[in-house]
Amino acid sequence: MDSVGLGYLAAGIGAALAVIGGGLGIGKLAAAAMEASGRQPEVAGQVRTSMIIAAALIEGVTFFALAICIILATK
Amino acid sequence: MFLNDMMDEAIVQASVDTLHAGALEGGAHGEKNLFTELLHHVRDSRELEVPFLGHIELPQFPPFEIVGITVDMSITKHVFFLWVAALILCTLAITAARKNRNNVVPTGFGNLMEILVVFIRDQVVVPNMGPKGIKYMPYLLTTFFFILIMNLLGLVPFGASATGNVSTTAGLAIIAFIMIQVAAIRTHGLGHYLAHLTGGVHWALWPIMVPIEILGLFTKPFALCIRLFANMTAGHIVIVSLIGLIFVFGSYFVAIAPVGFVLGINLLEIFVAVLQAYIFTILTAMFMGLGMQLESHNET
Repeated sequence: MDSVGLGYLAAGIGAALAVIGGGLGIGKLAAAAMEASGRQPEVAGQVRTSMIIAAALIEGVTFFALAICIILATK
Repeated sequence: MFLNDMMDEAIVQASVDTLHAGALEGGAHGEKNLFTELLHHVRDSRELEVPFLGHIELPQFPPFEIVGITVDMSITKHVFFLWVAALILCTLAITAARKNRNNVVPTGFGNLMEILVVFIRDQVVVPNMGPKGIKYMPYLLTTFFFILIMNLLGLVPFGASATGNVSTTAGLAIIAFIMIQVAAIRTHGLGHYLAHLTGGVHWALWPIMVPIEILGLFTKPFALCIRLFANMTAGHIVIVSLIGLIFVFGSYFVAIAPVGFVLGINLLEIFVAVLQAYIFTILTAMFMGLGMQLESHNET
């Protein structure tokens, strides 16, 4: 396998790892938020807002990784 | 400019590679051109598509050099739709303001705009920045509506979303960066602002702390820039890939499933367009609020 092939492999594995991390993070976050708003429905609005913010931050980190993978795949 | 070209090339190349691999399995050769044709709807181009008229060339200017950097000020599709968004925003805002000036209780369109403005004030600005944040409302409202309109223009037939271009989002992020610093400096003065960069640690640790704090200032707007760009581009590429499936298989029967999926993704895109505008605004407000409450932020 030449270096270009290895680059593609690395990009694929990297994208998969990044998505696993992001998915796990947002999943745990959503689970906690659901639980919180189930326990205290009166603060559901505030919980949702903080959930969206935290989800956006996790998503941002995932996108950094995915951008690196895209650049790697096209080198 | 450079980053934009690189990302643009990278994404189109990646998509071409993906779809090309599929096309080779599918067999026929003429299909590859169709993919490239399809992908040109996602990327920036130097011509405009107009219904019933075909393609219209946009005015081009020769690139010139400023201190060794080549600058190309030509008008592209994304620049055109950026201006369209600005025009729509001005029209909407001025119409709503005129309507609301005369009646105390807004009705119709003025009411709709007021709901959104009040939402930004009560849900975004005041919880994150406190009552002092009200004076930054004009900037945050402009950001929200401008991004929202740009995002939604990408879902209009023959339209393009200017936020699917990393230059546009970088421009918005630079403005956000300036506003975050301005908010912090105006609240605490330049001295306090610079003192915060040391992190409040012993002076022997400054060589480590100061670069980290300065890096921290730049990562926030950089994340804003990449998040908006990636979200908008990802949606368009998903739609192109699903439509591309029809051409990979080259059959009318296959078309039923992708068209159904694309309808769903399109509806999701409307949600994402609003959500990303909201997230950009709320994160900017949050970062500005963090800068404005340095003192309490350090104490707690």
